[in-house]
Amino acid sequence: MNAKFLLVCITGFFFLSCSNSDSDTEEAYTPVPYSLQIPLLFQDKLIAPLLSTNNPLTEEGVALGKKLFFDTKLSGNNTQACASCHKPQNSFTDNRRFSEGIDGVSGSRNSMPLFNLAWNFSDRFAWDGKELGLEKQALEPIKNPIELHSNWADIANKLKQDPEYPTLFLRAFGTSIIDSSYVTKAIAQFERTLISGNSKFDQYLLGNATLSLGELNGFTIFMSETKGDCFHCHGSDNNPLWTDNDFHNNGLDATFTDLGLGTVTGDPNDNGKFRSPSLRNLTFTAPYMHDGRFTTLEEVINHYSEGLQFSSTIDPLMKKVGQGGIQLTSQEKLDLKAFLLTLTDLEFINNPDFRN
Amino acid sequence: MKKCFLAVICLVLILNSCSKDNDISQESVGITLNFNHSWEGTEVTNVDFDDLKFTNEKGDLLSIKLLRYLISEIILTHESGVITVLEDYNLVDVTNNEGLSFTTTEAIIPGEYTRVTVRFGFSDANNIDGAYPDLNTANFNVPGLLGGGYHFMQFDGKYINSNTLEAPFNYHVISAIDPTNVDDPVDTSFTLNIGPVTVGGSTAIDIEMDISEWFKNPNTWNLNEKDVNLMGDFDSQLLMNQNGASVFSLVDITQ
Repeated sequence: MNAKFLLVCITGFFFLSCSNSDSDTEEAYTPVPYSLQIPLLFQDKLIAPLLSTNNPLTEEGVALGKKLFFDTKLSGNNTQACASCHKPQNSFTDNRRFSEGIDGVSGSRNSMPLFNLAWNFSDRFAWDGKELGLEKQALEPIKNPIELHSNWADIANKLKQDPEYPTLFLRAFGTSIIDSSYVTKAIAQFERTLISGNSKFDQYLLGNATLSLGELNGFTIFMSETKGDCFHCHGSDNNPLWTDNDFHNNGLDATFTDLGLGTVTGDPNDNGKFRSPSLRNLTFTAPYMHDGRFTTLEEVINHYSEGLQFSSTIDPLMKKVGQGGIQLTSQEKLDLKAFLLTLTDLEFINNPDFRN
Repeated sequence: MKKCFLAVICLVLILNSCSKDNDISQESVGITLNFNHSWEGTEVTNVDFDDLKFTNEKGDLLSIKLLRYLISEIILTHESGVITVLEDYNLVDVTNNEGLSFTTTEAIIPGEYTRVTVRFGFSDANNIDGAYPDLNTANFNVPGLLGGGYHFMQFDGKYINSNTLEAPFNYHVISAIDPTNVDDPVDTSFTLNIGPVTVGGSTAIDIEMDISEWFKNPNTWNLNEKDVNLMGDFDSQLLMNQNGASVFSLVDITQ
């Protein structure tokens, strides 16, 4: 009798145990930590990227974020995705001066390229720094009536009805809840993996490529305080981000139609300031400046050479504003452009991990 | 017997653990450096920036847009004669209100120190091109063609020039490069002598930079002659170095 009772108990425990185990496996799936591939130069020269402790990168989270980034379900009429204005082939911007939303309405700012975002240590995104954190940034375009023009309740419903998304959210975040918080977390995870660090100039710094005389001369102009003086805002051979991620008035206008950072802070001293973009991948990111006013790199260089406009908030680093600019010769302009194009990263543009 | 053995092991572990805690608290402390800023005695913070509200010794009205500088190499001479050199460094960023207070990370033995010095900038030995990832990330580098390494100070603003127009200035201090001898930079970093300090468990040293002194003593700075492109100007770098000697002062030491 005792032996039989013991056998029943053991068998009972065995089945109970198996049953618990099965349900735990379904609900408590542990996502696999994502290993961020940091370029060697970044490892050597920069501090570690800024990764959210509330939203750690996982294989499942990044994959979900990528799927969402390219999915037109995130727009009100299912015609546009994040990638519509942030195209991989354009270094995650587009080639329009102002992007058009789903209703054909244009904005007033040029779409910013997306890469190396985890090294923006101020965590302020967009041209005017209005978005604090990538997750928060991703909230905005969905609701914006001239962008994806939707609302989060509709997005969540569409994703819940999808045959794939509920499982993907469950595996990425361990929850069946699909809402703006988890959608933006996933998109932010994918965006943090967009790393560009393998240009010709990177290879030159690593000793694996040579530069032409023109490219080298362009680099000298870039680094010369009395010539280009670009390095004070746009990085250097020791700062491979090629931006300081800070806000400057670079002398575009004498009076402002767009206050930039000033709109966000309310401080008139910030009027006309916009975030320095990285100079990587300029081949793919035209048109240039916050309002896309320059269609070519030549126009950009001409602006700094002889097109500077004085205003009360112009950055003191625009030191030759009294003479209109830094007054480069035609050859110096050509060389500077040649150098800038060495920051082109084809591996990034063609990376299948970043393509739909 | 086994229980006794286990009890002895536990006792040893507990006692050992207590001993280590005490050792740490008694033998290693940090000191905190607080950096305050003034213009001829009036406190200056980033709230005062971007307004033409300061007048320098020459009489030029000016504003401050950017002020950040490097502090390094704290050297403590113990009364026993033992010298401790801390390799800590700190970027004081007044514009962004960051790094204004920093606590050394290397261990200091509490006690009486007859002399403590702090360095403005990096010594030549420490001014290694690209060697400090946090300073690279902060975009504080000096181009290789100007000797490489790091800025010691970036001080940008605007002034009313002799034509009564707003003009920019970039008062950037770096290791000076003589164009006739580019391979041998002149070390323009300098030390601030804080004097004797009693280092206890929570020693704080308050230091003040009088920003006006950069334009005053011993060289009255004429921004109309020297406003921009000063990094590669060897003579200007030497003059800045001379003026730097009177910029910092000790305000207080608290325990």
